[in-house]
Amino acid sequence: MTVTHAGRRTPKVAKTNSVVKKAVMAISGIVMVLYLIAHMVGNLKVFTGRESFNHYSEWIRTIGAPALPPQTALTIIRIALLVAVIAHFWAAVSLWRQAKRARPERYVTKKAVAQSYASRTMRWGGVIVLLFIVYHILDLTTGTVNPDGHDSTPYDRLVASFSNPFITAFYVISLVLLGMHLRHGIWSATQTLGQSNRRRERTVTAFALVFSVVLTAGFLIVPFSVLFGLVD
Amino acid sequence: MTASMQSSVGNPADSKRGMNLTLRIWRQKDPSVKGKMVTYKVTDISPDMSFLEMLDVLNEQLIMQGDDPVAFDHDCREGICGMCGLMINGQAHGPQQTTTCQLHMRSFKDGDKIDIEPWRSSAFPVIKDLAVDRRAFDRIIQAGGYISVPTGTAPEAHATPVPKADSDAAFDAATCIGCGACVAACPNASSMLFTAAKVTHLGLLPQGQPERNDRVVNMVAQQDREGFGGCTNIGECSAACPKGISMETISRLNHDLLGALRAGARPKS
Repeated sequence: MTVTHAGRRTPKVAKTNSVVKKAVMAISGIVMVLYLIAHMVGNLKVFTGRESFNHYSEWIRTIGAPALPPQTALTIIRIALLVAVIAHFWAAVSLWRQAKRARPERYVTKKAVAQSYASRTMRWGGVIVLLFIVYHILDLTTGTVNPDGHDSTPYDRLVASFSNPFITAFYVISLVLLGMHLRHGIWSATQTLGQSNRRRERTVTAFALVFSVVLTAGFLIVPFSVLFGLVD
Repeated sequence: MTASMQSSVGNPADSKRGMNLTLRIWRQKDPSVKGKMVTYKVTDISPDMSFLEMLDVLNEQLIMQGDDPVAFDHDCREGICGMCGLMINGQAHGPQQTTTCQLHMRSFKDGDKIDIEPWRSSAFPVIKDLAVDRRAFDRIIQAGGYISVPTGTAPEAHATPVPKADSDAAFDAATCIGCGACVAACPNASSMLFTAAKVTHLGLLPQGQPERNDRVVNMVAQQDREGFGGCTNIGECSAACPKGISMETISRLNHDLLGALRAGARPKS
């Protein structure tokens, strides 16, 4: 290219390597997915009845007792999750901004040929899932916004929330978004950590889909069971 | 593609029937001013013309009228140099997975409206109209897209055996012509597929091993420095690539980069 010109803007330099940011995103994502598996399986305890479910909730808070002080395991899990959420969010915002800077002038016409709905909704979907998590903690963990209030037992809080169709609808939408987020996220993390190749690609994408569907269904079964009166 | 080729090539009457098209083209005088889409009409376009020949017809028309012709990049016009590249109806190199010069007007219909834009990326600033400055790619290559070999007599060809599978995969990656379609198609304007193709091409061969770690950290650092976006593994790049470079190369780059960082390789500042 022989054309030269002085009008080139110097782009703001990304301080941290973009691939490292993606690796932070992938690893923090994996931490959260591992927690989600445990969370989903734990939720299914609701079908064993009020007493068993409340007992399970109590057990999580007393793992290792009396040798360990109450809530030791829970506190460790909470700190790990908080670190994961912050790291995931930081990497996402940073890459989002980098992408915005990389294309200041948008196309008049742009046609997507390869992207999935899941991959297109990662950013805003992620923001909605984050807001959902905040609401979810205030609803079922602390009970602050729960219809039964914070003095109720975990089982009663769960039934009270999911008896309300609007709250259930919000949970359903958020969980479907989470499922889509995971579908692209699992594939993307495999790529980012350099574990994908042409041979594995099909298996990875199929696994991501099946895993996300199973996990989402496992979570959804609880609110639907309450809504349809199977759990009360 | 084959069917339409046969119909236009096989039937001479068909190829003589010219098409009338409405073009909306991005006109921008120089990097400092704002550009806009301008509408032009071209008539009697043969389906056998390449897309660039159709633009040549438009430019002749514009020159005859005393107007400024549309600036666009092109060189070999046989799909191997990587110089041409236009966003055609929102797709890099248009509706076929090929270079703009190898796209033929038989991919369009009489009466079509075609939007033509430059690659849009802050790392590829517009020089004029549809021509963009892609020297950012040259700087990524300079950062590590090379191997060091001693000069002198050519070495014995069998001295360094290369497994067939590796040489095939390296060659697949080496078919990258650096046209920039990956950046243009990427929702993040990321140059990852380009860089990954180079890292894969050299990293799979024995000659590429001495600089393998430094290469990947320096090339990735340079692409960040140029202002490209990050990769989110969406796959638009590979779908737009005229050479069909696969997403596998990106995984390989990531693997090499994380390994190189663990091994202590750091980018030159």
